[in-house]
Amino acid sequence: MFGAGGGTASYKEIEEVDVVLLWGSNAREAHPIFFHHLLKGLKNGAKMFAVDPRRTSSSKFADAWLGLDVGTDIALANAVAREIIHAGLVNEAFIAHSTDGYETYKASVQSYTLEYAEEITGVPATAIKEMAHAYATAEKAQILWTLGITEHHNAVDNVLSLCNLALLTGHVGKWGSGLVPLRGQNNVQGGGDMGALPNKFPGFQDITNAEHREKFEAVYGAKLNPEDGIHLTLMFEAMGRGELTAAFVLGENPADSEADIDHARKLLSGLDCLVVQDIFMTRTAELADVVFPASVAWAESDGTVTSSERRVQRTRPAVTPPGEARHDIDIMHELGQRMGVDLGTTEPEALWDELRSLSPMHGGMSYERLEAEGGLQWPCPDLDHPGSPFLHGWLWEDDLGGRAPSPFSVVDHDGPNEKLTDEFPLRLTTGRSLDSFNTGVQSNGFESPIRYGEELDINPADGVSLNIVDGERVSVSSPRGTVEMNVRFQPDIPVGLTFTTYHFPALVDINKLTNDAWDKRSGTSEFKAASIRVEKISASRHEQQRQGVPHG
Amino acid sequence: MADLHLTIDNSTDAERAAVDGVLSPDARVVIHESERLVRGGMTRKNDRRHLLLPALHALQADIGWISAGGLNYISDVLQVPPAEAYGVATFYELFRTEDPGHSDSTVHVCMDTSCHIADAEAFAQALEADGQRVHRGPCLGQCERAPAQFVQGRGAPDSVPADADNIASPGAFQSIQRAAGDAGGLRLLANIGVVDPTSLASYRAHGGYAALEKALSMGGQAVIDEVRSAGLTGRGGAGFPTAIKWQGVADEHGRPKHVIANADESEPGTFKDRTLMENDPFALIEGLTIAGVSVGAENGWIYIRGEYPLSTARLTNAIEQARTAGLLGDDVMGSGQRFDIELRRGAGAYICGEETALMESIEGFRGEPRNKPPFPSTHGLFGEPTVVNNPETLLNATYIVLNSAAAYRFVGTEKSPGTRLFCLSGHVANPGVYEVPQGTTLGEMIEIAGGSTGTTKAILMGGAAGSFIDAGQLDMPLTGEDTRERGTTLGSGVVTLFDDTVDFTSLLTRITEFFKSESCGQCVPCRVGTKRQHEVIVEMGIRGSLAAERNTLIDDMALAMADASICGLGHTAAGAVQSAIRLGLIGSAS
Repeated sequence: MFGAGGGTASYKEIEEVDVVLLWGSNAREAHPIFFHHLLKGLKNGAKMFAVDPRRTSSSKFADAWLGLDVGTDIALANAVAREIIHAGLVNEAFIAHSTDGYETYKASVQSYTLEYAEEITGVPATAIKEMAHAYATAEKAQILWTLGITEHHNAVDNVLSLCNLALLTGHVGKWGSGLVPLRGQNNVQGGGDMGALPNKFPGFQDITNAEHREKFEAVYGAKLNPEDGIHLTLMFEAMGRGELTAAFVLGENPADSEADIDHARKLLSGLDCLVVQDIFMTRTAELADVVFPASVAWAESDGTVTSSERRVQRTRPAVTPPGEARHDIDIMHELGQRMGVDLGTTEPEALWDELRSLSPMHGGMSYERLEAEGGLQWPCPDLDHPGSPFLHGWLWEDDLGGRAPSPFSVVDHDGPNEKLTDEFPLRLTTGRSLDSFNTGVQSNGFESPIRYGEELDINPADGVSLNIVDGERVSVSSPRGTVEMNVRFQPDIPVGLTFTTYHFPALVDINKLTNDAWDKRSGTSEFKAASIRVEKISASRHEQQRQGVPHG
Repeated sequence: MADLHLTIDNSTDAERAAVDGVLSPDARVVIHESERLVRGGMTRKNDRRHLLLPALHALQADIGWISAGGLNYISDVLQVPPAEAYGVATFYELFRTEDPGHSDSTVHVCMDTSCHIADAEAFAQALEADGQRVHRGPCLGQCERAPAQFVQGRGAPDSVPADADNIASPGAFQSIQRAAGDAGGLRLLANIGVVDPTSLASYRAHGGYAALEKALSMGGQAVIDEVRSAGLTGRGGAGFPTAIKWQGVADEHGRPKHVIANADESEPGTFKDRTLMENDPFALIEGLTIAGVSVGAENGWIYIRGEYPLSTARLTNAIEQARTAGLLGDDVMGSGQRFDIELRRGAGAYICGEETALMESIEGFRGEPRNKPPFPSTHGLFGEPTVVNNPETLLNATYIVLNSAAAYRFVGTEKSPGTRLFCLSGHVANPGVYEVPQGTTLGEMIEIAGGSTGTTKAILMGGAAGSFIDAGQLDMPLTGEDTRERGTTLGSGVVTLFDDTVDFTSLLTRITEFFKSESCGQCVPCRVGTKRQHEVIVEMGIRGSLAAERNTLIDDMALAMADASICGLGHTAAGAVQSAIRLGLIGSAS
């Protein structure tokens, strides 16, 4: 929508915000550092609405928690938009000057009345109205979101539905307001910035653009593939068709993290060649033909990381990597040597300076400045540029900085790909907990006093109707598979919804259950919405025996 | 909020009922409006923290102590971390956090100055022999009837046995009080024994609320100017010019503002505000209302000692009557100005008489003083502009509004005009509250109170935080500047007489014990210094004399406490000891 790949605001701004919509994010647990900044904002009087199917620990800090049904975000966002329009709270000057397609959009949300939204989402109409008015009338307002928005089959539409709200009200491109997708790792932002995307060169420059390509070819001294690559989900589909037969996996653990995991593992095992470069012996590494042990980026390596607020910061080694572990750059360089190509220097600063010469948004970020100024936020095109706390200030410039107005996007409600059925009547959603990280590769090596392992959170009322007790081991099935796990009665989770983390794949292979339906535009699977059935183990075993199906 | 970790201790039905009795349903921070809408948040939480102290009072009063389960329940309702709630509960003398093991009322017996020499210990033992549950504690503000007691009820209201007569005949009750001098007679005490303290009609029949009416017609700035011309200074002890406080708050705009009556008089030897509030409560309500409407504050607070049940009852009644009569509320006396008063009970903490500690206490935190600046006139209660005045000060302001600055200055001295209340107790013939023109000599004051009952050995000026003087100072005029010149203080008007039968070592042991237990502990010099000081005096009592290096230690610690404590408690905690040593009352071998 704005042609960008990063949060539009900086951390400092959330401390001064007036209204926050925390949408599909349990930042308290998944983004604890960012949440500290948010807490300062709340302490300074900001009002927060938490939109989440679960009453998460983040939601408990909110002035109001709006517990919508999984996958009904667009219905809610469109209803908020309609209410803002009908209450006359749109920013007319901003819409006229900086946006495109308002009338079409306005017509498209007409049917999303508060009553209709309440019916679809389960959130009381009064609360939707209240949130709409608070957001629209705030001086500074931000929408924060995470995987609750993006791990859906219609992820991009979900994001666009939120961006529309910012365009309606002008809450973007100025200090304090913004649209902020929170990033899950200290350097997720940096990965994308550096071109770890199938269709972009570093600095979000299109591969298909000949001018960009020639610039990189000149410096790299090699011809570059002019075609877009494919993302992870398409890679697995290509593996399934036998078109992709070799994979080089860096710092990723798809053998635990992919949806419909049994299927994914079979595909990885069937590759002709699998190379894994990681800091731990992950389950993916166990499947590999070759494993390159890498040094840890944080304390063992020289270089930079880029945080969610687009701030590039220096990192330095504090300890020597153990054993044969080597810097990622060294591994790449050595691999090049073995293939008969000299990739040049392995000096991080020299490589960074090369990047600066190719990526305009990083042009002004010398190591010297990064050190002296405590990091810099892109875009920072030249050495005199102070960096950019927020993005899209051009929306407020008289000539829009020579750009086209930002378009509204017409998006419609389309619930979870997998509907609830009599056979699978419960909704399963997945997420993270405070003291664990993704598949546990980096976090399960240490003890935590508050870790409770992998359990299925379920409302006590559902537990009673299933005739199970708190802590009971049950059988959980989705159309793709069955796992056994313990239930945990959780009054904070609505009736009909269940939740679990997937930090302990060795204990519970939760991704045996999750749905690999995915968004063609983002490549992300619908981890947030599967339909499941929960059964007493004794009963299900009995059933299996009766039908003559061996248990296993 | 989300990070609350309550223990497994559960509250009982009785405990929940006690708390719910004082907290409305909306006081709950987290409201489950429906299965899909839950309200909460930092603002709701912060806005309700001030309900912690009333909730703790409710548990203590109904259950007799504050259990872990009861504390958990309050923590859940108000979303206060249980450790913080426990920190608040244990801060106060009147709260118990351990099961007393019985269901009786507790009789608090004052062990301080006047009661000490009236053999409070023997009194306490007699009560115990009678089967009463006795708690020996600090000053109860009834020094004129030493030894004093206060009964902390359990499931029954708190009470003071000596109040029986006053309760029986509120309109005709005469406390011991006189005015000296000719000019105009009593100003502050004029209504006592004349006006029925339970009746607004009686108060108005004797001229009550004429001052508020006049203040409203004058306008706030004119009132402040009049108070400034009068040269009124605070009667709580510090003697700060009242008009400067009022002007400071009047000049603040755009934020809610507060006026607080500091009725937490806890200085041993002080009982003047109690006398005013028990016998003329409407006067305080009127005075606070005048302050509020004059500085443009809509919120009035009276923070009253937890040990003053009769004052609390009379003020509660007075506030209700004033509200019903339109003298408080959205439209005070038809002026269009909004002003109302909330009464808050302390729970037994000397330090809460310090104005910023008092604010912390109202806000639901431990009553620990704040650093100044910023001062309350810009950052007071809830961080908002706030005037804090002593009740006696407010009554003086009422007099000034009604009678003019010139009338106020008609008595008293040039630098210290007007009258002043003095609390005489100890070895004096007629202990009580007296109103005399400022500048009356100490000797005259004592004569008015019937003279000493023995051979006066020493007089404690200003209470435990003041200092001892000897009988050679009877010619000292009672003004702030004259007492300062003689190295002592007027403080809150305490004059306690001690004759030559007094065991001063025992008395000073008690005074140092008082400071040791009343130091809030926030500033290390005070927390440690008050304890060491007590130890030195105890040691002196055992050895029979004070070694030179111990005397030096007292002086060194006094210096450290004065230099490095943030409030007056640390600044003055050594005054009584040092003056007693100087006068030879303690420390000599004989």
